[in-house]
Amino acid sequence: MLQVEDVSKRFGGVVANADISIKVNPGEIVGLIGPNGSGKTTLFNSIVGFHPIDSGSIRFQGHEISRLRVPQIARLGMLRTFQQTRVYGRVSCMQNMRISTPQRDERLRNMFARFPPEIDDRAEELLEFVGLFSKRHLLAGELSFGQQKLLEFAMALMNGPKMLLLDEPTAGINPTLINGLIDRLRRANAEMGITLLVIEHNMRVIMNLAQRMYCLAHGELLAEGPPERIQKDERVVAAYLGAH
Amino acid sequence: MTAHGRNLVPMLAIGAAALVLPFLLPDYRIQLAFLWVMILFALTWDIMGGQMGYNSFGNILYFGIGMYVCAVIQRDAGFDYFPGLFIGLGAAAIFSVVIAAVLGAGLLGLRGHYFAIGTLGLGIAAGEIASGWDYIGAGSGMVTPVFPGEIGGRQTFFYFASFVLAVVTFLVLKRIYAGRFGLAINAIRDDEDKAEAMGLHTTRYKTVAWCVSAFFLGIAGGLVGNLIGFIDPRDVAFAGATYGVFMVLMAILGGKGTLWGPVIGATVFHVMQEVFWTYLLGWQRVALGLLIVVIVVFFPQGILGWVREHFPERFGIRVETATDDADAR
Ligand SMILES: Nc1ncnc2c1ncn2[C@@H]1O[C@H](COP(=O)(O)OP(=O)(O)O)[C@@H](O)[C@H]1O
Ligand SMILES: [Mg+2]
Repeated sequence: MLQVEDVSKRFGGVVANADISIKVNPGEIVGLIGPNGSGKTTLFNSIVGFHPIDSGSIRFQGHEISRLRVPQIARLGMLRTFQQTRVYGRVSCMQNMRISTPQRDERLRNMFARFPPEIDDRAEELLEFVGLFSKRHLLAGELSFGQQKLLEFAMALMNGPKMLLLDEPTAGINPTLINGLIDRLRRANAEMGITLLVIEHNMRVIMNLAQRMYCLAHGELLAEGPPERIQKDERVVAAYLGAH
Repeated sequence: MTAHGRNLVPMLAIGAAALVLPFLLPDYRIQLAFLWVMILFALTWDIMGGQMGYNSFGNILYFGIGMYVCAVIQRDAGFDYFPGLFIGLGAAAIFSVVIAAVLGAGLLGLRGHYFAIGTLGLGIAAGEIASGWDYIGAGSGMVTPVFPGEIGGRQTFFYFASFVLAVVTFLVLKRIYAGRFGLAINAIRDDEDKAEAMGLHTTRYKTVAWCVSAFFLGIAGGLVGNLIGFIDPRDVAFAGATYGVFMVLMAILGGKGTLWGPVIGATVFHVMQEVFWTYLLGWQRVALGLLIVVIVVFFPQGILGWVREHFPERFGIRVETATDDADAR
């Protein structure tokens, strides 16, 4: 579904990604780990078109997307969430959901259209799914950081993506709620058929969630494989120990 | 009361006042007509400035363009007065929209302050061009055609025309703010990167937002040229230092990003301005300057913004007491 081949990205003298190749198959849950500053977010940004890459190729469902802009890639069905969480703060949660409906065939006439009631039904269903139903009429900016992360996740689901790139979905979420979130991520994958690529700092979470993992360190791909193998990989262990 | 019922009462009251006032105060018809124009200024400025978060200091451009386009059609196209006026207003609207679409393609790629600064020159440049162009009277301006019918009929006619235009603008905005368009431009205001990441056609929405402003401002320009009877390029048509600044202030005073805020702000501002002119002759500009400082310092949220902060439930912001999803704390 997603094929990243030899992608490099430099910021001035810093090589944030060096010849990274990863592959995600349809229906998979793939983890992306690595110490802070190892280039995980940079790789996400490259994939979704947030910045141009220096070299390499990125294909999504067979199409080369490394030249496309962010909204074009999003409309192909590949969405990302942000590590620092981004929602529309001065409108309500319901309104955040409404405007997150897919924008694939937008004409001047639909731009001025009202929202059909099915959209509200779906929005309420998904807010219920992430546990924000009772907060739906609050301004999104008034939610806690963890709640905004959940809202951002619900907004992504509202868009009906084929693939979702989640940047540290459990960071800032109350530890007692993390199991619930893992369960929801799995259900989004199993029930809604969304392929997931997840950056995660919390080893326990990603070991639980991912079927396959990649590990980055200092901008380079260090290891790949199933969680059990990654966990025992000496280079990975060393990278994590060295970083702390 | 429902949101609908809450809006209906003030709307009926305003409608009744609008019908009666020009006959109660016939000497003030031009000032009263300008009240509607001011409301339109604030409403159309707020589309971009309030709802979309793009502060434009160049919207006066479309007002001036509309004024000249309408006057030129009335002068040169050879129609009778009323057909000429209506065709002129239509052309004013279309011309302004086309210019907005073209300028939007260039300027709306700029974000934040860069956009604001980019628009700053528009009105000034247009004023300079108009003052040097003989076809439209250059610096000595243009006179609009004489209104047929009895003396004073012009003021009454253009008073009601301004009123109708302001009401139509309000209702159109109310309608489109309630749908996709309104939420899309709010999303752009709150986080444009996020809106792009969600696949929103941000450039298209931004351009259309500017075109909607230009449409109503263009028609308003056509009407005001005829209401006053004389078009001065710098002091009336492209009056950036007065109307161009007022539209920003009125929207801020009433409450940016709300539907009624610009209406309230424009009314308060216009009445105060008229009072200053009447009672503070010679000091009116100083008083106006102080008013502007007071608005920016003490009412950064505006009148409705203040009300929203203190009575959020009036704006539909509420938490339900249900504990069905206590896990989302
Ligand atoms: N926009 C940027 N400009 C300059 N340097 C950047 C930028 N984004 C990331 N970097 C640098 O690239 C490296 C990788 O960062 P990042 O991808 O955010 O790491 P991670 O998400 O794995 O913690 C870091 O050294 C960081 O300082
Ligand atoms: Mg990161």
